[in-house]
Amino acid sequence: MSDAQRSEPDSTADLLQIQDLHVRIGGSHILQGVSFAVPGSGVTALLGRNGAGKTTTLRAVLGLVPRTGTVVFDGEDVSGRRPYEIVRRGIGYAPEDRGVFGGLTVAENLRLAERDPSPRYDLVYELFPELRTRAKQAAGTLSGGQQQMVAIGRALLNDNRMLLVDEPTKGLAPKIVTEVAEVLERAAATVPILLVEQNLALVRRLTDRAVLIAEGRVAYTGTLSDDPERLQELLGVSRV
Amino acid sequence: MTAIVKRWWPLAALAALVCVPYLQIPVPGVLPDVLNRPGSLQLIAICLLFAGFAVTYDLLFGHTGLLSFGHALYVAAGSYTANIVVTKLHWGWGPALIATAGVGLLLPVLLGAVALRVRGIAFAMVTLAFAQVGSILVMSARITGGEEGLSLSDTPEIFAGVANTFRLYWLALAYLVLVVLVVRWSVESEPGRVWRAIGDNERRVTVLGLSPYRFRLLSYVLSAFLATLGGVVHLLLLGGSNPQITTSAFTVGLLVMTVLGGAGTRWGALLGGVLYTYLDQRLAALAGSDAVAGLPAAVRLPLEQPQFILGVLFMVVVYFLPGGLAGLSQHLAGLSRHWRRAT
Amino acid sequence: MSTLVLLTLTGLGLGALYFLIASGLSLIFGLADVLNFAHGLFLGVGAYATWWAATYAPFGVAVAVGVLAGTILAVAVELALIRPLYARPIQQVLVTVGLSAAGVALLQAGWGADPLTFTKPGWTATTTRVLGAAVPNDRFLLIGAAVAVFAALLLFLRRTRYGLIVRAGVEDRAMVTALGIDVRKAFTVVFAIGGAAAALAGALAATYFGSITPGLGGSLLIFAFIVVVIGGMGSLTGCALAAVLVGLVQQFANYYAAAGVGEASVVLLLAVVLLVRPGGLTGRTAT
Repeated sequence: MSDAQRSEPDSTADLLQIQDLHVRIGGSHILQGVSFAVPGSGVTALLGRNGAGKTTTLRAVLGLVPRTGTVVFDGEDVSGRRPYEIVRRGIGYAPEDRGVFGGLTVAENLRLAERDPSPRYDLVYELFPELRTRAKQAAGTLSGGQQQMVAIGRALLNDNRMLLVDEPTKGLAPKIVTEVAEVLERAAATVPILLVEQNLALVRRLTDRAVLIAEGRVAYTGTLSDDPERLQELLGVSRV
Repeated sequence: MTAIVKRWWPLAALAALVCVPYLQIPVPGVLPDVLNRPGSLQLIAICLLFAGFAVTYDLLFGHTGLLSFGHALYVAAGSYTANIVVTKLHWGWGPALIATAGVGLLLPVLLGAVALRVRGIAFAMVTLAFAQVGSILVMSARITGGEEGLSLSDTPEIFAGVANTFRLYWLALAYLVLVVLVVRWSVESEPGRVWRAIGDNERRVTVLGLSPYRFRLLSYVLSAFLATLGGVVHLLLLGGSNPQITTSAFTVGLLVMTVLGGAGTRWGALLGGVLYTYLDQRLAALAGSDAVAGLPAAVRLPLEQPQFILGVLFMVVVYFLPGGLAGLSQHLAGLSRHWRRAT
Repeated sequence: MSTLVLLTLTGLGLGALYFLIASGLSLIFGLADVLNFAHGLFLGVGAYATWWAATYAPFGVAVAVGVLAGTILAVAVELALIRPLYARPIQQVLVTVGLSAAGVALLQAGWGADPLTFTKPGWTATTTRVLGAAVPNDRFLLIGAAVAVFAALLLFLRRTRYGLIVRAGVEDRAMVTALGIDVRKAFTVVFAIGGAAAALAGALAATYFGSITPGLGGSLLIFAFIVVVIGGMGSLTGCALAAVLVGLVQQFANYYAAAGVGEASVVLLLAVVLLVRPGGLTGRTAT
């Protein structure tokens, strides 16, 4: 708990600052005062057990769930903004379970996500050549891995200033997991990423910086290598 | 002191209502006639009867969270079943009541079993569709008298004639009391708690091993059965069956009463029912008054339409008084408590 | 044979009317979760505006006036009454119920409760011989209008950016906003489309029935609701299929059985579809 209080964000370097975020849905208090900051480069991992509130945190940042507290993006308080306004400030979001529109084709899914005057289709197609060959296929008929490519492709299409990526490797075959990791690694070179991920090995490959959420509160902020045993205990997992 | 008042005022109000036929009080403007004259008693009786209908509707909408657009079907079933047995089949009132009770149970069991397979807005549409069929059948069949309606040929001796209007008044009052007691009892019983729980969080109910479907059906059938009984009272009070009571507009009226008064509250539906029915009946008379007649046409013509005024009033309540009139009274009570504490 | 042809074309004409009403209802419900009871009012306003304009202008212009009136009303309703209540679907239904009651009463205040005679424009008052049957031309007008609207809506949904937003929004509204799109603008668009189509239905219903009443929309609305549920809420193709099915079933059953049986069969159809496929004929997609 004391760690959470000590991690006052540094307003000059941090791109995203979250202060005292509360979310109540249908009588349950899911986030109970979450505060942390995400710096303007590299990957920040958001860890925690199932149901700890990681996905809700990402959704709360975007205003997709009713919340109280402050969200500051690039020095601007966006707490009162509607979700689409927050996203337009330069946030790409690849949600849990991908959020791909099954009735739309791959090309239409990408076209819907276009925000910039010149979307970076060359980059997206270079990373995921399959999206070009399957452009006319309904996204609902794609495999899980291909749908994840659409989801990440949508986030990379615009010149975003931050990406929120939620469990991108969930339910994917090991080979695709590696592919996704490579794409995230490459993306992280140019844009900061706030990443929710259960696969700790993959997280370690991408970053050493983590925020750990337990029971709706920030339980740990710092590096992964500092105190592996404590981390393991908090996460309650053994797949390190 | 206030606790005693709170506890006993419903009984005091009931006692006053029971005594109304003995009170020869002039109420110019408010009622068509002196308080205990047949014209006035008839009007109050209709208000009480519709308050009863609204309370049965609130059992569905307010207490179980089911938005039905087909409640009129059961009122009509009560009125027409009894009427057809008495007027067309000449079997007398005993068999009429038995037949009505049978229909009042069977019909909602069958229709509810189908309609409750879907939830929310789809349920609303399905109930609407069922009721519409009932309405079309009543309006086109010969045995129901079609669009003309069906006059009751044989009124029981004790209710016959204008001089006995006071007995019909008591009948309507008795119906309202019965409905309020049954609904109150059922809501506070074990199933009632489950109904409320379904409205709040259905999954939790399922996890407890209870079937929300069965509890919803129970609520649906009870509400429909009470409405069917009310249909018989309606038949006696109006001396016949009018196809107007089969329409979706009739159900919408009940919905408006319930929301107006405050859905799912102790007295909301009852108050809303009385207020709506009174306005619906009296606004027409008010529109004919000299004060309105002097207004320019653009203002006068809408004011002559009770449905316009009620529709606007309803929207105002939905926007500004989400808890209905019952919510308003609580709000005022809160304000006055606050004010008393402050001084 | 000639009876069969006449019944089929009349059933299709009725289905066309249902489609015009139900398509807007379905899109509004699919995208914005609003069960719009005021849709019958949009239809009524379209019918009365067309009736009024028909005394000054040719039929085509009068219909355009009616459609414009319905569109403006629908947009105004969305912006002023529905928008403040998003995320409160029950309240939205209630407001449209109140609006419908008040609006129909206003029509009644203005033009009376009695039916107003609507003179059929020249061509629709005559008949055409099809396979031995003398078919009134208003059937073709209804069917043609519905097919044109269906094609235009498909083009809109498939080819325009707003169409793309509507289709995606029917599937997952929150995700559309998470892509940086103000989905509420699309709500206004579907209300405008729904209002226009309903008003067109009003003008055509006036031609078909030869008269208009303030309650005209209300009775058609109930069957449009049934079409929406059978077709699968939010699905345009499902809506078209269901409209044709309901129109034909109603027409044939009423003719071969008895008056009222058609309506009862339609509701039976609804019950069967709900028992077998609770989601309607098609899944939750906009096309």
